[in-house]
Amino acid sequence: MNFEFSDEQIAMKDEVRKLLDKENSLKRNRTILEGEEKFDKDLWNSLVSMGLTAVTIPEEFGGIGMGYLELCVIAEELGRAIAPVPYSSSVYLATTAILNCASDEIKKEFLPKLASGEIIGTFAHAESSGFPLEKSINCNFASGKISGTKAAVPDADIADFAIVSAKSSSGVGLYLVDLKDPNIEITSLDTFDPSRSHANIDIKDASAKELISDGWLEIEKILDQSAVLFSFEQIGGAEAAMNMAKDYAQGRYAFGRSIASFQAIKHKIADMYISLQLARSNCYFGAWALSNEASELPTAAATARVSATKAFYECSKENIQTHGGMGATWEFDCHLFYRRSRLLASNIGSQGVWKEKLISSIEKSNLQI
Amino acid sequence: MDFNDTPEEAKFRKEASDWLKQNFEKFESEKLSSEKSAKSSAEPSKTAQDESKALELAKKWQTIKYDAGWACLHWPKDYGGRDATPIERVIWAQEESKFSIPGGFFEIGQGMAGPVMMMYATEEQKKEHLPPMAKGEKIWCQLFSEPGAGSDLAGIKTKAELDGDTWTINGQKVWTSGAHYSDWGILVTRSDFDAPKHKGLTYFFLDMKSPGIEIRPIKQINGGANFNEVYFTDVKIPDSQRLGDVGDGWRVALTTLMNERLAVGDASGVDFKEIFELAKENDFYGEPAVKNSAVREKLADWYCEYSGLKNTKMRRISALSKGDTPGPEASITKIVSANKLQDIANFGMDILDQAGINSEGNLKYHGSLLGAPLIRIAGGTDEILRNIIAEQVLGMPQDVRLDKNVPFNEIPTGEKSN
Repeated sequence: MNFEFSDEQIAMKDEVRKLLDKENSLKRNRTILEGEEKFDKDLWNSLVSMGLTAVTIPEEFGGIGMGYLELCVIAEELGRAIAPVPYSSSVYLATTAILNCASDEIKKEFLPKLASGEIIGTFAHAESSGFPLEKSINCNFASGKISGTKAAVPDADIADFAIVSAKSSSGVGLYLVDLKDPNIEITSLDTFDPSRSHANIDIKDASAKELISDGWLEIEKILDQSAVLFSFEQIGGAEAAMNMAKDYAQGRYAFGRSIASFQAIKHKIADMYISLQLARSNCYFGAWALSNEASELPTAAATARVSATKAFYECSKENIQTHGGMGATWEFDCHLFYRRSRLLASNIGSQGVWKEKLISSIEKSNLQI
Repeated sequence: MDFNDTPEEAKFRKEASDWLKQNFEKFESEKLSSEKSAKSSAEPSKTAQDESKALELAKKWQTIKYDAGWACLHWPKDYGGRDATPIERVIWAQEESKFSIPGGFFEIGQGMAGPVMMMYATEEQKKEHLPPMAKGEKIWCQLFSEPGAGSDLAGIKTKAELDGDTWTINGQKVWTSGAHYSDWGILVTRSDFDAPKHKGLTYFFLDMKSPGIEIRPIKQINGGANFNEVYFTDVKIPDSQRLGDVGDGWRVALTTLMNERLAVGDASGVDFKEIFELAKENDFYGEPAVKNSAVREKLADWYCEYSGLKNTKMRRISALSKGDTPGPEASITKIVSANKLQDIANFGMDILDQAGINSEGNLKYHGSLLGAPLIRIAGGTDEILRNIIAEQVLGMPQDVRLDKNVPFNEIPTGEKSN
């Protein structure tokens, strides 16, 4: 058996990490956090020129036709570097939605441009507070037009188009709208993690291309697929926060000794490690299920998501604690990870939602335990 | 990523599985007693009679394995093994775990004493002692902890004095699993009280039937008595049974402990599956417990831990399959599984509510709840394991020590009254 990434995938991971290190992604995160720009265009362009937006897109649509395992290793590195780019919206969500559900005509129109980075996409699903259920979607599609609102849509003020969930007489489906459409009003938000932009969108009779009209199961599948990728971002961030805490503790002296020699600190960091290892192992199983389109995906994705969310929260908050007062200053980078950890825990649904998804999926699947 | 065996692994798995199917069925049908097979060491044997029956069965099965070359298969052929690779050992264990194999008696010998003997004993001693150990004919125990030295094992005080070619041992050991049915033991002693703590230790193996050894069982909180106190009064050991140099026993002990930590696996007892079933079967405030959102949230957390451990094990097997030495990830297993066991058992009692007080029908939960505290301590406490993760996995510094480079007899050990 082989439950590891291949040498090629690991080499790709190293390349992405080198690029993000060279580009000084942490500093870029802070620049976006503090500035007016909504994302880091230079960093985005570097990722695009490395081919990272083309990974899962087949060659016939201008992509490089690799698989989701490659996307998992990229996600982990972007998470480690808390990169201020719209990658998750455009690649995990919008690209996957088109790949899964769109007609060849739509694929031909959008995938090559997504691959080349010429356009950025996003996924607009939640409408108000609380996780959207099939019966709670109010956005409405009729006669080629959509009306309704979507709340806190990631990158909506950056992206060129959005895949929007909306109901019609056939059920809840997915539709593609052009975000430059004058019938769509986009309001940027002040957010918990300003290194990643979010906006409310208000759609009034905007033209929409139909991907799928009766698509609730497809929506759930896209969320499961992206949950694995979000989880990899989360363990990347968690590991970076754990290492920050460890490195700081080793160099910080108090009571005449390195604080890393105190069990109160060592055990805290050992607990970060434990939670990270459990999450990492669950992520690997999620990666396997994702790349093999396995029937275990709903359970595997929820398991990865719940444990990765927990790990990133623990590592990012205890990283601040390990740093003492300085950890809670604007100047130190600890809060960048703390903010990102909370943001990722909210994107695509919070912990309670994924715990519920996990237990429901186990109930449905007669899983061999 | 895939979960498939390589062709060689598949061939080996089939060979193992075929042999097991054929021989375990035969063994079962010939079994002397019609009772269920032996309990593992994690569950207490209620009576000495139960235990000796279980031991008899375990020895019988071990001999059948040995004769066919399936005992200690990763050991060299000369010592009773079959030179199997690490991944073959894992495959064998996976296949064997599909049957309810009697066991729980040989782990200390085969997992800890065996590897130490292989490193430190003479060729003649290895040939004499390792095959009977593999065969299950001779049972070994480990005489390490003392009343004043548990996590801080190097604080032991059992005294070894050399006269000519013979050592005389006086002192007391504690927490010795299976001392009462063991034939041989591995023993760490203090041979120099003036040397610094870690420098004055000497390591031996000895015949547990030697005159001067007295064994008293310790009754645990779960009612079982798997452990013993062992008293040494002028016990004689020939110098030829010393393992490692005089004063170098700490190094030998560390080798043993490393093997112990690799051998200690999942805590056995109630797990996700049991608590999930229990929540389906029992009502909680007017609806099945499994429908209650507080219950579901806990179930989700435990499933993540259960699955995280399972997948961590898969990563370890995957590393073995590639021929890599697995990393220290495995050190998290006991901490997570023992605490999960305790919490699941406790929550199971909550679901059962007042009826759960009754032991009848609920022994699984009572047993796990009373067994878990011991598992969190045995084979490295939660706290020691966290130190190991921090120091050996993450490279953090040791705690500041007051007991290094000081003559042992100047260091306070054990309990001091004011």
